[in-house]
Amino acid sequence: MKTITLSHGNGGKLMHNLIKDLFLKYLGNPFLNKLGDAALLNFRTRKLAYTTDSFVVKPLFFPGGDIGKLSVCGTVNDLAVSGAMSKYLSCGIIVEDGFNYATLEKITISIRDTCKSAGVNIVAGDFKVVEKGAIDGIFINTSGVGEVSNNSEISVSRITPGDKIIISGTIGDHAASILLAREDLKFKTGIKSDCSPLNKFVSSIICRDIKFMRDPTRGGLATTLNEISLASGYDIAIEESGIPVKESVSALCEILGFDPLYMANEGKLIAIVSKDAATNILAKMRKHALGKSARIIGEVKKEKDKKVYLETRSGGLRILDMIAGEQLPRIC
Amino acid sequence: MKYIDEFRNISIATKITELIQREARGLKPVNFMEVCGTHTMAVERFGIRKTLPDNVRLISGPGCPVCVTPKDYIDKAIAMADIENIIVFSFGDMLKVPGTSSSLLKQRSKGKVKIVYSPLDSVQFAEKNQDKKIIFLGIGFETTVPTVAASVKYAKKKKLKNFFIYSGHKIMPPAMELLAKDKEVNIKGFLCPAHVSAIIGVKYYRIICRRYNIPCVISGFEPLDILQSILMLIRQVKSKKAKVENQYSRVVKASGNIMALRLIYEVFSISDSDWRGIGVIKNSGLVLSKGYRDFDAEKNMDLPDVKTSVDKGCICGSVLKGIKTPLDCKLFSKRCNPDNPYGACMVSSEGICAAYYRYRK
Repeated sequence: MKTITLSHGNGGKLMHNLIKDLFLKYLGNPFLNKLGDAALLNFRTRKLAYTTDSFVVKPLFFPGGDIGKLSVCGTVNDLAVSGAMSKYLSCGIIVEDGFNYATLEKITISIRDTCKSAGVNIVAGDFKVVEKGAIDGIFINTSGVGEVSNNSEISVSRITPGDKIIISGTIGDHAASILLAREDLKFKTGIKSDCSPLNKFVSSIICRDIKFMRDPTRGGLATTLNEISLASGYDIAIEESGIPVKESVSALCEILGFDPLYMANEGKLIAIVSKDAATNILAKMRKHALGKSARIIGEVKKEKDKKVYLETRSGGLRILDMIAGEQLPRIC
Repeated sequence: MKYIDEFRNISIATKITELIQREARGLKPVNFMEVCGTHTMAVERFGIRKTLPDNVRLISGPGCPVCVTPKDYIDKAIAMADIENIIVFSFGDMLKVPGTSSSLLKQRSKGKVKIVYSPLDSVQFAEKNQDKKIIFLGIGFETTVPTVAASVKYAKKKKLKNFFIYSGHKIMPPAMELLAKDKEVNIKGFLCPAHVSAIIGVKYYRIICRRYNIPCVISGFEPLDILQSILMLIRQVKSKKAKVENQYSRVVKASGNIMALRLIYEVFSISDSDWRGIGVIKNSGLVLSKGYRDFDAEKNMDLPDVKTSVDKGCICGSVLKGIKTPLDCKLFSKRCNPDNPYGACMVSSEGICAAYYRYRK
């Protein structure tokens, strides 16, 4: 019997096949088929972006964030990387019978605080309680709509060979913080999730030279670059030595046998920008608190094998595939 | 990162590679075996194989603990997690190994399997939850055994009646000796495991080296370590004098870790053990010793009989011995891939098939 497993939800190959073979098969339409972070809709003369995201994180609270903060950032960021500035969000909350009131209040306050810092409002909401055990504690769904900025033209079809790839900061922080909290690993690291709303950051850098953006959440930088390569048709090459990883995250990964390239981020974006404007855009990014460690990490190649290559620190070249299954701590 | 980046320095790596090319000129083709799974992973991750001359062939050994764990062990562990009131604790990468009809990963979604990084976390969980029975899956070589032994000692000290070990532990030297003897594998040099050696020291390799006249170099895990060790092996082959050398002296002492060794052999004693793909190797496993039998899951629990199916078409055995490479396997990257692993070598991040799939495909 075919069943859905955790691996179908990690952003990797299995999930892509599921989306293609099930959801697009039955629900596909020109908007959905693009598989963007947000759908771009024309509303009279205006261009709108519309998206939705569900949050099921465990544990609910982790260093640097919580499910409430995450649920606002997720939707705000999906809109931001589509070049749209959100103002209005909806929020649906489902909790199981017996869920602690104080915890729900704490999460709600966190939603409020994150909305404030992102400059958005929850304008529609829904709340349901299900039988104990029907879900694991609390699930949150948010959706949002935003107007696409006049200065932006974010489209995967604009990507051409020679374009530069910029990452806005260190990778793996969010997944590392969740991992430490979830598996109760007793390391003292000070690692915090990077979970933050990116809309103001995007506003400060947006221009026509930014051809495409995406936030590398599930599956991490490697999986997102694979998606971009698949959608644009071009190969991508990045350099390992240029990719910013915090020392603490990289040490944790060395110990556990994890690869930061596959670890989720919740406050970073990848920008594909035209070659000549790359240094300028990088400089603008670095002026903003969320882009201080931004780096140019590679470029779009002219070859059309839809592959992502990594030049390793010691000079080797290897293919970076999408994530497969879950990353689990190794034995020794 | 300090103490890591220094050993990944590209300009030094290029220099050693040139030395290897020069020294290997005119050498009859040789097989060197990197014994440890972490070596295999590093060799693939840093593309080391490609930098070697054609007459120096690196073959991957049986040093990935997950890969050599037999399927019936997995099936039994899965069956244990089915018993009411039992929670199975495991190292992370064991979870994906497919059993005959399920995997520990599937049991985890039922809340019956938990991942720990240190076995001490599982014994502490047992102490706090004395109404539940905790079984720790003891997998791994000399590197991981000391912490498992320490947790058993802790359980004894605390008089815990609900903590058990299901031991699948193995020790490395007997497997290396078996491979040293194997004419088909034809090993001309061992890259000896790094962290296992930190525990056992050098004396076991001296026996293998003397008996079979095979050069042995204990090697660290970083690219420069591995390249330097290969160079040392080539020089030994050329000088026709096999000896044991310690490239990883910043971690490995000749005497090993005496305290850890004492701990291992207080809590465990040597037995025969079944290696997936290789079969039973005499005196290559560890079971709980007399004074600690109360903590032996197999001896103290009524476990259901499990039926284990034979892997059809999977050549993990020959791959683990280095006779074949994953590319020789008909299942490789087709029926067997990291999303749907068939054999154990595809499961563990250290497994040779996973390494080939990830870095070469």
